[in-house]
Amino acid sequence: MRNLLLALRNLLRNRRRTLSTLLAIVVGTQSILLFGGYSRGIIYGTQTEFVKRSGHLQIQRKGYYLYGGGNPAAYGISDYQQIIDAVQHDPVLAPMLTVVTPTLQLGGIAGNFAAGVSRTVIGTGIDVDDQNKLQAWNDYGFPAINNGKPLSLTGTAPDAAVVGMGVARVLHLCRKLKVPDCKQEAPPDPAPPPESANAAAAPADISDLARGEPGEPAANDSAARIEVLAADTHGAPNVVSLSVVEAGNQGIKELDDVFLMMHLEEAQRLIYGRSAPQVTGIVVQLQHTGQIAPARARLRELLAASFPGQELDVLDFATINPTYGQFISFFNAIFGFIAILMGVIVLFTVSNTMNTSIVERTVEIGTLRAIGMRRRGIQMLFIYEGLVLGILGVVLGVMITLLLAAVVNHSGLSYVPPGRVDQVLYFIWLSGKQNLLFILGIAATLILLVMGSAWWPAHRAAKMEIVNALRHV
Amino acid sequence: MHPIVLKNVGKTYKLDAVDIPALIDINLEIRGNCFTVISGPSGSGKTTLLNLMGCLDRPDQGEILIAGQPVKDLSDDALSDFRARNLGFIFQNFNLLPVLTAYENVEYPLLLAQVPAKVRRDRVRSLLDAVGLSDKAGHRPGQLSGGQRQRVAIARALSPEPKVVFADEPTANLDSETGSAIIALMRRIQRDHHVSFIFSSHDPKVMLQADDSMQIRDGRIISVERGAAAEGSA
Repeated sequence: MRNLLLALRNLLRNRRRTLSTLLAIVVGTQSILLFGGYSRGIIYGTQTEFVKRSGHLQIQRKGYYLYGGGNPAAYGISDYQQIIDAVQHDPVLAPMLTVVTPTLQLGGIAGNFAAGVSRTVIGTGIDVDDQNKLQAWNDYGFPAINNGKPLSLTGTAPDAAVVGMGVARVLHLCRKLKVPDCKQEAPPDPAPPPESANAAAAPADISDLARGEPGEPAANDSAARIEVLAADTHGAPNVVSLSVVEAGNQGIKELDDVFLMMHLEEAQRLIYGRSAPQVTGIVVQLQHTGQIAPARARLRELLAASFPGQELDVLDFATINPTYGQFISFFNAIFGFIAILMGVIVLFTVSNTMNTSIVERTVEIGTLRAIGMRRRGIQMLFIYEGLVLGILGVVLGVMITLLLAAVVNHSGLSYVPPGRVDQVLYFIWLSGKQNLLFILGIAATLILLVMGSAWWPAHRAAKMEIVNALRHV
Repeated sequence: MHPIVLKNVGKTYKLDAVDIPALIDINLEIRGNCFTVISGPSGSGKTTLLNLMGCLDRPDQGEILIAGQPVKDLSDDALSDFRARNLGFIFQNFNLLPVLTAYENVEYPLLLAQVPAKVRRDRVRSLLDAVGLSDKAGHRPGQLSGGQRQRVAIARALSPEPKVVFADEPTANLDSETGSAIIALMRRIQRDHHVSFIFSSHDPKVMLQADDSMQIRDGRIISVERGAAAEGSA
């Protein structure tokens, strides 16, 4: 305590130098924490988005991840409801689960034959209620991400679908779906269609295919309708007619241009027809991301034991979404660079301050040694000064950073990140218990760095010969 | 027993490749409870001799015994502890710690010697009283005059109750009147506290007060004059 008091008094001897050193530590702390909070916001925000879309784990047929894109139907999981039941009732897995839900991925051609346009799409068949539960996941407590809005397919007819805005533009559905930035579309034909809007405009063979199922909902004149053509499990073409209820911005242009989401049953009707329906994936969402490893191990064990006939694999969201790993590597590299740069600046500033202080106090060092202070005592005197400087600078730095982060987070400032088409808010994520360890870790590292910066000058001071120190002018 | 005995002590400094002998074959006994003055021209070796006796430096040859204990082979830490408990120092420039008050400066050697708090408090108050600075206990060195600072330095030197106090030209930075007052104070304290004082000085006022006086020139003791035997000296 007495040493700390002495260190504090010595620091106050040259206030301007102490203040400039403190400023360097404060700026260093701020830079590291602000960028750390920003990159953590992006990394964990991205993770949350991926987990909301595709869960933590997915049960797939082996090989589907690498080869299934070309022919999803060939990698269907049969008896998927039994698998889901087994997973949900497993005593090990059950406490970790939030949602287990089937999905069916498909590739096809979507056409607005009334307008004479079509394009390839990547469709997903979903259980809407389960997907709404998936969307509620927000383990990191991000304020703006989960706004509680259900999916547009919620409560819609079985033939309802959502498309990406890019799909809507190409299929000339802008007017009906209120899509911005569209070319002028031809006005709707005022003459009433001879049969239904979709069937009249589509070629006869397509109309026949689309009409193939009994109970097909009546076509609605005002609705935006498309026909989706895909190959069934036997390679034969099949068509469903869908009513597009919304064109949604998917954030990423490449996805926006091919996105199609529909009810699972409709997707299964398209791919499996009258055959037993299958799915291409079973999405497993956990309470926490940290549960991935034990949940995956248990899932593999369970699937191998209970469903040996199907070669099933369990993939995590990072494998399914490789951009997540790229995000982490990219931001970690920049964060590491900034942290090292700031660390070096702090190190040299503190070291320089200590060196200057030691030169000025050489006679004092000699005097203290003469009256009986050991070399280690001298060393500790300067290390304590480093400790006081470090604690003061880092605490101030953390406080100012939290204030700045709050200002930025409430400022509404936004930007368009690379590869995306929508605005993203600047968000510096430093709040919550998840970040406490991060902030404490950075603070402790910086305090140790400041003490380390003081160590060498302090060691040099301690090594001084007493008579030389006393002679110093 | 003499508080300090030097046997064949030599010290050589190196200036680039040249050896410069600072002390040559010094044999000396300092009497206890005496006011001993070492005088000589600049560069004669006074300060070097004082540094060796004060365990601030080590001799190249010979042996030094302080209170009967050979100090040459003590480790650096042991020597520090030895200084803290047995020796006091008064410097020409006072060398007080500027961030500490007069009270804290006097107390500091007691902290190093790990003296209990109550003993520390009593001793510091008594010493500040002895040097007439009780009312300045809370002042920092920057708020004190030169004479007051040197009085704080005297109190600091005496605080661990040392066997010997070394003073390197203690009046050199004081005006004549203040210097005389300081010498008188040290003389009084030396008698009251039964402690040996060893000075290096040119000051005739200091030399006038000396019990024993030694002349040094070119690193050799050229004369030793001993006054009336001090109480308790050998």
